Amino acid sequence: MSQENYIQLIYLASVCCFIIGIKKLSSYKTARLGNALASLAMLVAIIATLLHQNMVDFTTIAIGIGIGSVIGALFAIRVQMTGMPEMVALFNGFGGLASTLVALSEHTKFEGTDQVAGATLGLTVLIGSVTFTGSLVAFGKLAGKVVPSHPVSYPFQKIINAVMFVALMGLLYTLWGQPGSEWVWAILILASVIGVTLVLPIGGADMPVVVSLLNSYSGLAACATGFVMNNQLLITAGSLVGAAGLILTMLMCKAMNRSLANVIFGGFGAAPSSGKAGIEKRTVTNYSVQDAAMMLENAGSVVIVPGYGLAVARAQHITKELGQLLEKNGTSVKYAIHPVAGRMPGHMNVLLAEADVPYEQLVEMDDINPDFETTDVCLVLGANDVINPAAKNDKDSPIFGMPILEVDNARSVIICKRSLSPGFAGIDNELFYDEKTMMIFGDAKESMAALVEEIRSGQE
Amino acid sequence: MVDYMPLLFVFILAIFLGFELISKVPTTLHTPLMSGANAISGITVVGAILCAGHVSDSAWTKYLGMFAIILAMINVVGGFLVTDRMLKMFRQR
Repeated sequence: MSQENYIQLIYLASVCCFIIGIKKLSSYKTARLGNALASLAMLVAIIATLLHQNMVDFTTIAIGIGIGSVIGALFAIRVQMTGMPEMVALFNGFGGLASTLVALSEHTKFEGTDQVAGATLGLTVLIGSVTFTGSLVAFGKLAGKVVPSHPVSYPFQKIINAVMFVALMGLLYTLWGQPGSEWVWAILILASVIGVTLVLPIGGADMPVVVSLLNSYSGLAACATGFVMNNQLLITAGSLVGAAGLILTMLMCKAMNRSLANVIFGGFGAAPSSGKAGIEKRTVTNYSVQDAAMMLENAGSVVIVPGYGLAVARAQHITKELGQLLEKNGTSVKYAIHPVAGRMPGHMNVLLAEADVPYEQLVEMDDINPDFETTDVCLVLGANDVINPAAKNDKDSPIFGMPILEVDNARSVIICKRSLSPGFAGIDNELFYDEKTMMIFGDAKESMAALVEEIRSGQE
Repeated sequence: MVDYMPLLFVFILAIFLGFELISKVPTTLHTPLMSGANAISGITVVGAILCAGHVSDSAWTKYLGMFAIILAMINVVGGFLVTDRMLKMFRQR
């Protein structure tokens, strides 16, 4: 057997590890093992690639691997749990750009008239660039800096995108006709622009879905690279991620009860819905921490609903402390977890797990919703859209039909929020104006600390 | 001329496999799974290494390849580590 055959066999082993790894990642007990297996598969793939006999320049490779690994590790170790969503978006963008650069590197030494290679090279640049700039915009929206998180709209948005898309298809056809042509740079520029214009109109609340979709794209970009370089490992691993990423995107949409098309073209939360004109005139009463403490002390059952406000304020630890205090007081405490609360699916589970909240106290949406009617106090921490009754009652609301936590059924509600501003989706919440609702304005962490202080002094 | 038919077969089969692989995932695992799959898409590092390591006439081929290695490795190492950090928290329970 030739050396090339050995390398292919190792690639095959690596692909098997990837497949088993992804499979194991989708179940609780084996997820960590699955991740380890996938990392091992990657390591094996890299080592096998280094065995290629026409590999000469190991210095360049070593420098690249060294720098990339250190930067990646630093990012991963230093990022706060709350910053996880934007981190994944950023990594994804890097992956897309890497595929683009590989294709451009191939372009610099392209010769011959292989039409498939020419067109897939263009396709790699296309998908890679869209992934890169799209992920950067998603990153900006999630981080809440530079890029506004609300949907950005401008005239002829969809038409402009459609024209650019047609132009890109034309360019791909050109590359098919003239493999290795310099039109590839036009694809680079146009695809980078369309990546931005596709993601800008999508609201910040939908960014997890977008990141997941872009993740699928970056897999396809790697796959297209495989066609350019005639490499089966790239094709297999890339298309696995492409397909799995697409399924995951669909699952996320399903959790929000919306279609993928609606997420991408809906301009979610862009226009204020009708019938909201009266709301500005209504007032809310700002209660003090003492009022809330008294209410919590007298409650037999409390359900805590964490949202993005808790993540931003990093209030998970102090919230757990409050929960423990209340339990000591004889109150039953549960946490209601909405699947898409926060900026990523499962965001709240991660945060509360970090704070060591007992597993039994975390209750999923479908299981807790019937319990709200018998709940004395529901304490909402920086959640908005996921408890908005408009999703049940207001047919005109953009979030109508989204499954929510039925907090409005609780006997009384305490909402801790930074301001009255509408949530990520940009929709007002009538629950804030309800008579049984007590609003406490302020940073979630400070409010929780004040509550803990108040209740503790009462217990002593 | 490369024979693309076997590559096309592999591509289509892998797409079907990917669809079948994760039909049912608990919502809590959506984020780690996305992040893990994201790290796997860094497989493009293999292509980058082939670009950077081969003999070539143009210095650009090498430098583009090296830059691609850096970016892909950030994606790979960062992605797997971040995923592990998230999953570690679930395991504590």
